[in-house]
Amino acid sequence: MKSVYINSVGSISVQKTYESNNFLEEIVEYNDTVIPAQDPNYKDYIPPAAARRMAKGIKMGIVASKMALQDASLEQVDAIITGTGMGCLRDSEKFLSNILDNDEQYLTPTPFIQSTHNTVGGQIALELQCKGYNFTYVHGSNSFESCLIDAKLQLEQNEAQNILVGGVDEIGEHTVKLLKLVGQIKTEPVNSSELLLSNTKGVVFSEGANFFVFSNQQQASSYAEIVGVDIFNTLPIESVSNTAESFLKDHNLSVNDVDLVILGNNGDVRFDDFYNTLTSGIFKETQQAYYKHLSGEFHTASSFGFWLAANILKAQSLPKVVKLNDKNTSQFKNILLYNQFCGENHSFTLLRKC
Amino acid sequence: MDALKQELKENIIEQLNLEDMTPADIADDDMLFGDGLGLDSIDALELIVMLDKNYGIKLTDPKEGRTIFESINTMAAYITEHRSK
Repeated sequence: MKSVYINSVGSISVQKTYESNNFLEEIVEYNDTVIPAQDPNYKDYIPPAAARRMAKGIKMGIVASKMALQDASLEQVDAIITGTGMGCLRDSEKFLSNILDNDEQYLTPTPFIQSTHNTVGGQIALELQCKGYNFTYVHGSNSFESCLIDAKLQLEQNEAQNILVGGVDEIGEHTVKLLKLVGQIKTEPVNSSELLLSNTKGVVFSEGANFFVFSNQQQASSYAEIVGVDIFNTLPIESVSNTAESFLKDHNLSVNDVDLVILGNNGDVRFDDFYNTLTSGIFKETQQAYYKHLSGEFHTASSFGFWLAANILKAQSLPKVVKLNDKNTSQFKNILLYNQFCGENHSFTLLRKC
Repeated sequence: MDALKQELKENIIEQLNLEDMTPADIADDDMLFGDGLGLDSIDALELIVMLDKNYGIKLTDPKEGRTIFESINTMAAYITEHRSK
């Protein structure tokens, strides 16, 4: 069975992560409840004739994937695996609004064509002329991790050598209204540096795209090895610590072997205890980090956490802005990521220095 | 007729998301498809819906579109003759 490596990264997020030399050195701060991703110059990556039909999610996905390919010095991959929690929301909203506004008449094709969840994966394939395996996972906040499992299995079995894998979600105006109505989005603006101190219900909602090239061939420029991924649709809070220990044991590790634990805390007072049980429990003496004050929350926000972990392992440095406690470590070998959303769709991901 | 041509140019730019274009960039006799504006088959469907919605014209024979959508001039002439609203 072959090992699986992260050979490249590409990120569009609330931060200026599209600048390749900016590993969270310049931080974009906000004081809001909904925060859009920073736009690169899309025209540098997508021909205007194609871009005019693309909503932001598609553009972000294509640019992040092109950045990842460029970083891997590849022009083609064997497969494309995309994760998205909500799909192409803007075109879905436009299409449905047209149905209502025009009494089911005069429906135009573009928003319908572009509204499906697998539009991003399809458009990336069209751009690359990639006729290989193309799959999109839609599984709430485990959408990206489902991609990881699929890609890892294929690469381990040598069914593919290079796979483009990513998570993407975009903000939709009407969906934001609905999420506010049901209390999923915070009612009061929160300063990014004080997200975990907000003590309020809901999240700061956002968007982004993070793509990677995974390979079973290590390069000198590889970021990290993907050691393990496990997902759980439901997991009682009292089982989180045992499950983390069991996950580590499956990979012949214990809590003491983890150099850094990266958590998906989003400042939602209803569900952050899932993380707190780890930070004040088995990982009390471990260096801890968080990232959703930088990325905002969306169903594939964990792909930003994955991007962060990959960069930390390659750079062997932890940006001060993501530190959650005052513990320090001399080197980063094993990083454990844990994420959940609204108490559901839990994931544990283990990355190792390579 | 000139007002209709201006309206068509504005609607085409908006409907087809022709970013970076203004009505002044489209001449009345520019080819809309092929070597002109470079519109494609999806745009043709958008234009058919636009004719129906804005002018009450239903194109039953798609082949008609080829001549109607040749340029702003041909579109304006067809709309003037067949519009029901």
